Amino acid sequence: MDIPMRSIIKDTEYDFLSKGRQALIGSGIVCVIALLSLVFLGLNLGLDFTGGTLIEVSYPEAVELAEVREALAEAGYGDAVAQHFGTSSDVLIRVAPREGLNSAAISSDILRVLEAQQSGVEMRRVEFVGPQVGDELVEDGGLAMLYALIGIMLYVTLRFEWRLALGTIVATIHDVIITLGIFSLFRVEFDLTVLAAVLAVIGYSVNDSVVVLDRIRENFRRIRRGNALKIMNVSINQTLSRTLMTSLTTLLAVIVLFLLGGPAIRNFSLALIIGVLVGTYSSVYIASATALELGVSREDLLPKAKEEVDERP
Amino acid sequence: MLNHYPLWKYLVIAIVLVIGIVYAVPNLFDQDPALQISAEARTAAVDQALLERVQSRLEAEEIPVKRLEIDADRLLVRFDDTETQLQAADVVRDALGRNYVVALNLAPTTPDFMQALNLNPMYLGLDLRGGVHFLMEVDMNAVRAQALEGYAESIRGLLREERIRYTTVELAEQAPGGVVVEFRDNAARDQAARVLRDNLPGVNIDDAEAGTRLRLTMTQEELEERRRSALQQNITTLRNRINELGVAEPIIQQQGQERIVVQLPGVQDTARAKEILGATATLEFRLVSQEGNPAEVAAGARPPLGTRLYRERDGRPVLLERSVIITGDVINNAQSGIDQQSGGPMVRITLDGQGARRMEAGTRDNVGRLMAVVFIETKTETSLVDGEPVRETFTVEEVINVATIRDVLSRQFQITGLDSGEEARNLALLLRAGALAAPIQIIEERTIGPSAGQENIDQGFRSALLAFLLVLVFMGFYYRRFGLISDLALAVNLVLIVAVLSFLQATLTLPGIAGIILTIGMAVDANVLIFERIREELKLGNSPQAAIHTGFDKAFSTILDANVTTFIAAIVLFGFGTGPIRGFAVTLSIGILTSMFTAIMGARAVVNYLYGGRRLETLPI
Repeated sequence: MDIPMRSIIKDTEYDFLSKGRQALIGSGIVCVIALLSLVFLGLNLGLDFTGGTLIEVSYPEAVELAEVREALAEAGYGDAVAQHFGTSSDVLIRVAPREGLNSAAISSDILRVLEAQQSGVEMRRVEFVGPQVGDELVEDGGLAMLYALIGIMLYVTLRFEWRLALGTIVATIHDVIITLGIFSLFRVEFDLTVLAAVLAVIGYSVNDSVVVLDRIRENFRRIRRGNALKIMNVSINQTLSRTLMTSLTTLLAVIVLFLLGGPAIRNFSLALIIGVLVGTYSSVYIASATALELGVSREDLLPKAKEEVDERP
Repeated sequence: MLNHYPLWKYLVIAIVLVIGIVYAVPNLFDQDPALQISAEARTAAVDQALLERVQSRLEAEEIPVKRLEIDADRLLVRFDDTETQLQAADVVRDALGRNYVVALNLAPTTPDFMQALNLNPMYLGLDLRGGVHFLMEVDMNAVRAQALEGYAESIRGLLREERIRYTTVELAEQAPGGVVVEFRDNAARDQAARVLRDNLPGVNIDDAEAGTRLRLTMTQEELEERRRSALQQNITTLRNRINELGVAEPIIQQQGQERIVVQLPGVQDTARAKEILGATATLEFRLVSQEGNPAEVAAGARPPLGTRLYRERDGRPVLLERSVIITGDVINNAQSGIDQQSGGPMVRITLDGQGARRMEAGTRDNVGRLMAVVFIETKTETSLVDGEPVRETFTVEEVINVATIRDVLSRQFQITGLDSGEEARNLALLLRAGALAAPIQIIEERTIGPSAGQENIDQGFRSALLAFLLVLVFMGFYYRRFGLISDLALAVNLVLIVAVLSFLQATLTLPGIAGIILTIGMAVDANVLIFERIREELKLGNSPQAAIHTGFDKAFSTILDANVTTFIAAIVLFGFGTGPIRGFAVTLSIGILTSMFTAIMGARAVVNYLYGGRRLETLPI
């Protein structure tokens, strides 16, 4: 029968898992580098977590940063960091949390200073986060990531055999570590929206691995011949086209977001792009390879022998 | 028969689709920048006369108005753009004065029948419409200190009444805190312990300490109760103040045990908002002492019994009696204005019944004496000491005015001595709105200017549209006619997300839009899973009908597993997230649910309708 369809990926029979161990070792090394960077360099935490004041203003025309800095220094904000934001007429000013002054008043004060220096300055955005709030957000953010992982782990363990579940979790943690590692290594600012993106990455990555594992489970029950390695390879190949399609459509969407969504959610989109790419790789290699290393076998996945007992006379 | 849907399933889908469209449609209408004018004073009315007054005033200033309308008890004035709206706000505020509240608002342009049916567009978050978000923390140490101060006062009174001699009643600085009362002997102490136990609820009385002293500490329940009520009263006061500021649709909510979230859409002058919301200014009226010499006391001499040293604004010392005639909380109304005699700013004060009686009693026997008006303001500041936030609260007490009592004062009088008209206006506002039960501090602020908000909307909309189109084209190209079916499902999915958001009136934020875009990319996953499965079944040599059937069937549990995990992440995000982040969690989870419906049930319905129940040679997939 003729099946007219477009297919970028023909029936594949790649032997993914013969390189499973190499993939695990390679990923392990990358994870260690990411972890080292996280430990020694840390994340470039944004205002949400460090506390402080951020002011975005828009001038009627292009403005010299030197002038802005001078005005700020004169008003006693010598430590303020001013930079262009998007265009040369937009300026972003950051002030670290400071002693003495009532901190919520800093933004109003700075706006007054800038308006006095040049009229027509428009306030676009002010963010002030008190030190107590920043500390809480760091703590809550870490907890949120932990809860998401635990919740997903519980669900996956309930639904799958423990080796497969563990494989999924390893793959997910792998994705999170690498995403965070890239943010750390390249000093990309990590704010609340990025944290939200990382949580979404957790969801996405598990989603991707689950589809592959689902097929592995099914094939173990259906295909009577062949060892675990072969069956897993077959499963990955069968789901490969889906894995790539979904990654592609999701990537399309988040790349558009990265390019057109504006600077406020650029880092957010970046985290998603990294997460989708790494998540796709890990669902193919890491999740299954880990389960394989843990010694998953057909017997582990066959339905329990309960039905047979029932059929006895 | 394979791949045949019963009629009721088509009906369910049709009904969901119709409801979805009905709820989504209001979003096609723009929102007008508008002024919302409502009556503040009881004497003021929102009627045709007001409408004409506003109209002629705006015409005189040549400010173009789109439409004026009276909606229930408020007047809506619509404009074409934000700039005109802001310009008009100043003009109208000036023209109407104190009797009306003029607030900036976004008015939907949906037809009346839709508004009558409660069909509203999505509720835009502050990052999309512009405005201020404050997170405020109530100073609970101050609440405790105030409560203890009150107890100390009651203890002194009780002991005096019962004629029990004590040496001191003091607030303990060191742990375990509380109020410490010192006596001359054990007999007095034991007697006092009995009296206090009988008369003071909510305290633990500890007489086991060394020496002849009693320590009174608040019970945990009492402390909790005080905290709760302080928080509640602060919320009420903030609400009053925000009404005075003129803000449409403000949000004032408790968050946790000691925090209050305040969201003011459309507010531009954040400096003033901050000043007014955080201010604790109030007044006290005291008699000027006839004994003692203020200059000597200021130089270090002991003030005469029952008096306290204050300073006037120019720094001159003045001795006031400790007992207060009235405090700010008995003030019913306050209006700022110009004093006819001096030409300086003044506040005209109206007292409530109780206040009037006390004022009368306090001034009746003291005509000819001097009375002082004390302006009290509590300020809280957080500073970093060795990297740790340390909070300090201090009170500023200034005598703003000393005047001779010429006559018995009662319900109405005026005070002068204020620095500026601005100060008079703010003081009048604060006296009207009531005092805060405890000082509050802004610990988080997020302000978005109106143009930045609009830009966020534009960028979000553009990204969503392009992502949507790209995915449509991609799916249509790759899966051909089946791709078009998933395209249809995706379009319906978008309509449903918008409908659910509009129905719930959940807040749409910029990350929320990002969540929708992410959903656009991920929603087709279900269809991809199904279609790939159908292809596989076809390759295995199954008939097209069987392939469709098994494809949908087998993919279902996978889709469910995959979506549940993403859903868990979204729920954690919702529980943890604040503001904008929560918006992301909301759209993500709504998107997951609606995509399950459209991609599985919706797409299946179309496939069954097109291909079900007949012999097929090929499938265009």
